[in-house]
Amino acid sequence: MESALGQPNFISVAFFFLFVVLTLGITYWAAKKTKSSSEFYAAGRSITGFQNGLALSGDFMSAASFLGISGMVALKGYDGIIYAVGWLVGWPALMFLLAEPLRNLGKYTFADVLAFRLKQKPIRIVASIGGILVTITYSIAQIVGSGKLINLMFGLSYEVAVVIVGGVMLLYVLFGGMIATTWVQIIKACLLLFGVTLLVILSLSVFGFSLENLYGGVESKFGRAALEPGGLVANPIDAVSLGLALMFGLLGLPHILMRFYTVPDAKEARKSVAYATTFIGYFYIIIPIVGFAAAVLIGREQIAGIDKGGNMAAALLAELLGGTPFLGFIAAVAFATILAVVAGLTLAAASTISHDLYFNVFTEGKASEEKQVSVAKKATVVFSIVSILLGILFKDQNVAFMVGLAFAIAASGNFPALFLSILWRGFSTMGGVWSILVGSISATAFIILSPTVWVDVFKFKEAIFPLKNPAIVSMSLAFIVAFVFSKLFPDMNAKERYESEKVRVYLGVGAE
Amino acid sequence: MKSKAHELIESPEFKKLVRTRWIVSFLLLFLLFANYYGFILIIALKKEWVVERIGQFANFGLIAGAGVIVLSWILTFIYVIWANRVYDKEVDALKSKLEGGR
Repeated sequence: MESALGQPNFISVAFFFLFVVLTLGITYWAAKKTKSSSEFYAAGRSITGFQNGLALSGDFMSAASFLGISGMVALKGYDGIIYAVGWLVGWPALMFLLAEPLRNLGKYTFADVLAFRLKQKPIRIVASIGGILVTITYSIAQIVGSGKLINLMFGLSYEVAVVIVGGVMLLYVLFGGMIATTWVQIIKACLLLFGVTLLVILSLSVFGFSLENLYGGVESKFGRAALEPGGLVANPIDAVSLGLALMFGLLGLPHILMRFYTVPDAKEARKSVAYATTFIGYFYIIIPIVGFAAAVLIGREQIAGIDKGGNMAAALLAELLGGTPFLGFIAAVAFATILAVVAGLTLAAASTISHDLYFNVFTEGKASEEKQVSVAKKATVVFSIVSILLGILFKDQNVAFMVGLAFAIAASGNFPALFLSILWRGFSTMGGVWSILVGSISATAFIILSPTVWVDVFKFKEAIFPLKNPAIVSMSLAFIVAFVFSKLFPDMNAKERYESEKVRVYLGVGAE
Repeated sequence: MKSKAHELIESPEFKKLVRTRWIVSFLLLFLLFANYYGFILIIALKKEWVVERIGQFANFGLIAGAGVIVLSWILTFIYVIWANRVYDKEVDALKSKLEGGR
C-alpha cells in the first residue's frame, strides 16, 4: 500500500486550519467574557456536568492513548488491551474518594484543599512544587509526541511542529483562559470519539461486522499469541505497581483536578465524573478494534516500518479505509488532541504559579483581581516557552517514560496528602509537607534507578531499583511519612479547623 | 430548630451521614480493586484461565478486558444513583437545620 503519510497533504492541512480557526473563534468569544480571576481559572463556575464530563475526557484522552494504544494492540496484540484497561479504572476511584470534597473545599487548585486547614505558606509552596513537576513532565511528553507525530504525518520538521503546538496553545490559554480551554477540549473530545467510532465501523464492515471474523483474521495472520497476554504483566508486583500509578496518578493530576472548580456544585462535579467515565470507557473498549484491524489489514511490518512504536497504525488504517480525506481528518484530530491536553496543562501550571505562589504565598492574599489575572497570563507565557524549549531539548527522550514519571509523581506526591487532608483529623502541616516532598522525590529517584532509565537509557547492566514503576513503594512511603510527621509534629489549629472543613466537605455549606 | 455548625457535627445524624458516605465509597472502591487487580493478577498468575476459548476465536481474556471497563462504569453509576437518591436528601435535611445555612 502506498501511503500519503509524511507528505504535507492539502486535506489534512485544511482540516487542521479549520479546527484552529474554529477554536480561535471561540477563544475570541471567551476573551470578552474573561475578566475576573474566577472566569480565568474556573470559567466562572458556569460549566454544566455534561460539558465538564466531555471536557474531562478531552483533557485525559491524550495522543498517547489514541495513537499509542491502537499501535500497541497492532504490534503486540493483547498486551495493549491490558494497558487500555488501566487508563480507565482511576475514574471510579476519583468519584468515590475525591470529586465531591474537592469541589466543596477548593477554589482554583488542588492546593486550596490542602491549605484549607493547614498552614498556608509551607503547604502551598510544596504543593506547587509537586504540581509543577507533574505538569511539566506530562507536557514534555505531549510536546515530544506531537513533534514526532507532525513530523511523520505532514513532513514538517520537529522543531517547527513544536513551536506551532506551543504557539496555538498559548493563544487559547492566554486570551480565553478556562472558558476557551474547556471548549477546545469539548470539541476535541467530540471529534476524537466521532473519528474513532467511524474508524471502528469502517473496520468492522470489512469483517462483516463480526468480531469473531476479526479475531479469526488476527489468529490466521499472527497466530494465537496475538490474542493472548504476553510479557507485559509477567511480574505481578510490577503489574500491581503500574496499576496503582495509573489509578491514583489520575487522582493527583493538577489539570484534571482543577476541572472540578468549573462546575457550580458537588452534584455537577459528580455528574462530570459519570459522563467522563462513560465517554472514556467507551473509547478504551473500542480502541483495541482499531489496533487489531490495522494489524490484519495493513500488517505489522508496514506499521512498524513507518514508526517503531506503532503510533501510525490508526492513521494508516484511516487512509486504507477512507482514503486521503479520512487520513487528513484523523491527522487533524490527533493534532487537536495534543493541543487540547497541553492547553489544559498550561492553564493548571499558570494557576498554581499565580494563585498558590503569587497570590497566597508572595502577597499573602492581598493582590487585586487584575493583578492576579495579569500574573497568571505572564505565567502562561513563561510556562509555554519553557515547555517548548524543553520539548526541543528532550527530542529523543522516550515518551512513555515521561508519562510514567508524571503519573508516579502524581500518585505518590499529590494524592496521599490530598486524601489524608480530607479524611484524617490528625493530619498536620509537617505531615503534609514531608509527604509531598518524600513522595515526589522518591518516585523520581526510583524511576531513575529503575530498569526503564538505569538500564534502557544509561545502559547499565543491572537496575538498582527492581520495579519498572515505583508507585507501590513511593506511595507507601508518602503515607508512612505523612503519618509519622503528623504524630511527631501535631497541629492544633488544623485539628480545630477540621470541624468547619467537615461541614463544607459533606454539606457543601460555604463552598464558593 | 436551627443549630450551630459545632452542634451539627456532634449530632448523630451528621455522624451517620459521614459514616455511611465512606462505607459506600470504600465498599465500591474495594469492588473496583477486586475487579481490576483481580484481572491483572489472573493474567500474571493464572494465564491459562484467560487463554481459554469461548466461541471459535475469541477467548475469556478479550471479553474480560472489556468486562473490567464495563464493571468499573457500573460501579460509578451505582455511586451516582446512591448519591442522588440517599445522600443528597440527607444533606438537604441537615442543611435546613443549620443556622444561616442555605
